[in-house]
Amino acid sequence: MNKNKEQLLNKRYKAEQRFRLYGQSAIFMALLFLTIFIFKIFSTGYSAFQKTWLIVPVTFDAELMMLEQNPSKEDIQDADYYDIALKSMADLDPNANEDQENELKRMVSYFFEKEIKNELLNDPSLIGKTKEVYLTASDDLDQVFKGNYPRDLPEDQRRVSDYQLKIFDQLVANGKVESKFNISFFTNADSREAELAGIASSFMGSIFSILVCLMIAFPVAVLAAIYLEEFAPKNRFTDFIEVNINNLAAVPSIVFGLLGLGVLLAIFQLPRSTPLVGGITLSLMTLPTIIIAARASLKAVPPSIREAALAMGASRMQTTMHHTVPLSMPGTLSGTIIGLAQALGETAPLILIGMVAFVNTIPGSPMDPAASLPVQIYIWAESAERGFVEKVSACIMVLLGFLITMNLFAQIIRHKFEKKWS
Amino acid sequence: MNLILFTFIVLLGFTSYYFGRKKAYTIQSTKKRLTALPQFYGYYLAIWCAIPAFIIFSLWAIFEPTIVKLLILSDYSNQGYLDDELNLIYEKTKALSRGQFTGEITPFIEASAEKYLSLRSIAQSSKVVIVLSAIIASVAYAYKRISSNSRTREPVEKFLNAVLFTASLAAILTTVGIVFSLIFQTIDFFKVIPLFDFVFGTHWYPAKAFVRDSSEALDPTMYSDTFGAVPIFAGTFFIAFIAMCVAIPIGLMSGIYLAEYASYKVRQYAKPLIEILAGIPTVVYGFFAALTVGPFLKELGTSMGLEVSAESALAAGGVMGIMIIPFISSLSDDVITSVPQSLRDGSYAMGATKSETIKRVIFPAALPGIVGSILLGVSRAIGETMIVVMASGLAANLTLNPLESTSTITAQIVVILIGDQAFGDPKTQAAFALGMSLFLVTLCLNIVALRVVKKYREKYE
Repeated sequence: MNKNKEQLLNKRYKAEQRFRLYGQSAIFMALLFLTIFIFKIFSTGYSAFQKTWLIVPVTFDAELMMLEQNPSKEDIQDADYYDIALKSMADLDPNANEDQENELKRMVSYFFEKEIKNELLNDPSLIGKTKEVYLTASDDLDQVFKGNYPRDLPEDQRRVSDYQLKIFDQLVANGKVESKFNISFFTNADSREAELAGIASSFMGSIFSILVCLMIAFPVAVLAAIYLEEFAPKNRFTDFIEVNINNLAAVPSIVFGLLGLGVLLAIFQLPRSTPLVGGITLSLMTLPTIIIAARASLKAVPPSIREAALAMGASRMQTTMHHTVPLSMPGTLSGTIIGLAQALGETAPLILIGMVAFVNTIPGSPMDPAASLPVQIYIWAESAERGFVEKVSACIMVLLGFLITMNLFAQIIRHKFEKKWS
Repeated sequence: MNLILFTFIVLLGFTSYYFGRKKAYTIQSTKKRLTALPQFYGYYLAIWCAIPAFIIFSLWAIFEPTIVKLLILSDYSNQGYLDDELNLIYEKTKALSRGQFTGEITPFIEASAEKYLSLRSIAQSSKVVIVLSAIIASVAYAYKRISSNSRTREPVEKFLNAVLFTASLAAILTTVGIVFSLIFQTIDFFKVIPLFDFVFGTHWYPAKAFVRDSSEALDPTMYSDTFGAVPIFAGTFFIAFIAMCVAIPIGLMSGIYLAEYASYKVRQYAKPLIEILAGIPTVVYGFFAALTVGPFLKELGTSMGLEVSAESALAAGGVMGIMIIPFISSLSDDVITSVPQSLRDGSYAMGATKSETIKRVIFPAALPGIVGSILLGVSRAIGETMIVVMASGLAANLTLNPLESTSTITAQIVVILIGDQAFGDPKTQAAFALGMSLFLVTLCLNIVALRVVKKYREKYE
């Protein structure tokens, strides 16, 4: 009897321990996913912040460039650089036949002509002289140099030929290959060539969309929250508004994309692919989030504040505008920032309103076609070229950095400025 | 032009505020008692400046294009053009007047372009004149009222109240906009494709509708086997089911652990860390699923002798499940913490262990809230787009094998609508019909879930 009891108790204690273990492992799993996730992104993405350059001696031959004696700045601007560019690449291997010369040319980006031109524009006295110029390596060689490209594949399955690898290895051995911080990743617009593609256009697109979103969503949401929390009579109509807000907060984002497409583009004829339309669509999406946050922080202002103001003879509007709303602002603002951070990471609605178009210029206003950072991630992730994989991860790192900063900012506002009522 | 006018009106608004307030001070200096604080006199005047401007601006924005179009096209009215041709002529005219027209310029169109420009400039200048005179008239009226020291605070506050009320209508307007944008295309779609074929058809192959020569008349029988949504609905629920298989156990158990077992310190760090998972954009999950999880599962399957698609439902669903973990864990954490302590104390007093208390007392008490949070998670799984677009298949495939690829409602919407769309095409309309069904399904789930959670909260408050 006694033994039986003890056994039962032991069993129950074991069950207790098991249950506890399940809980611990669930937490562990969730955190493990997070770690794998972040590790994966960083390990594939960090190399995109480096860019591989080939150092190639270029002879600025005036004849080949069709330049006359003492050329003016305009002459240098209009000169023909293709031939010297081609020649300097071909000179890497004096014994190269025509096919091999072509392969040599493809070791650098198609931008190489312009890079040589810029060199001369910076220093016109180079005419007739030879100088070692930094040329952007092609994305495949870039990947080879970073060790992301399997070299042991058979040649016909590789985008880099044995010959190119041989020359490249010679260059490496001579110290003519260098890795530097990839500035162009931040200053270039999107490009079909992985080595030249940058995030500047999508970054500006994101900024413009978010600004439009903020300018529409914040005032409307705050006003709506003030009305619902401070002035609205309790009746069926305001209940209906509440149900609407709560539902909108849970409507899938792609439905807002359909709204943008069906109403903003088809009926109001706003320009396609622009941050303006994107921002309006996102603002409709963030509206409920901000309203809910603003209402919560209005609700947190204790009634004694209102009563005191009313007792001093302030009208209800004055009480609200002079006391309640300013006191609720920290909470509202941090809610707004969190809502904007959500909007910043949103992709699907922007795809539907056409912000996936290939944009190779940096937009200067919300009315110019643009992509946004998450859409850029999508576009690059769909590209087949290996060079884009690290770009995607790098772009994700930039986006996550942005989101983390915004969330930290929201936390700081909340902790620093929010009054604790007790 | 509009911008200059707008700035000017804003400036006028500020000046009228200033004058209103100044008037109040003058009244005060005559030892008369003011009916409100001086700034209300200013606000009063400024509002009287803003209202007419706003009304006229919106009237112009609504009616100017239509009237101009009518006037331009009246030249062509008796030449027997069709409506579409007239629209085209109007578009050409507009393009030419902006200097962006590239096609052949006929004298007719050139004439209308000139007429268009002159009409526009007439409209613009008349707008300026009307706006300014209206402002002057209304401000003069308001100034007179101020001078006789009539009440200003009440009208100003009434106006503010009206503004606040209008803002709160935004939520309703958005819902109306969603329904509005979906319903017409959906109705048009069901005019061509019978509802029955859509709901019960088992072949989804919208690309077929693309091959159609646009000059041919619409032939409904052609589409009879094209827009059967069963494989898509099945795929959607299947992927959502896989996601929930991952999210419910992990989310629920971590919610329970955080609420009942975790020490303050663990809770302080683990909770925000898990919530980071909710803050990661879905496109990032999609990339992760497509480039890491998919190939990994494929390799794993091949090594075990299984045939796994690189775009398997398992990869998309699994990653989606990870995304949903924090929603379920933090909602169920909230729900469990709000179960009254007395229930726990009662159970401990009867000699139950902690896990027994949780399983037999707290869990049943918190069940409605937990069900609500799970329903919200399901709604999110069904509406999730980027993960499925990037990681699951794009061809609709009726299967229950998690290792094969399937497609979902959201993925199909994106596939159909990416790039240029032709409104009026059954393919585009199909996307809206899918959007409508998505909206309705998630709406039902949300309403039920929110109601359940609300009821539950009221029970213990």
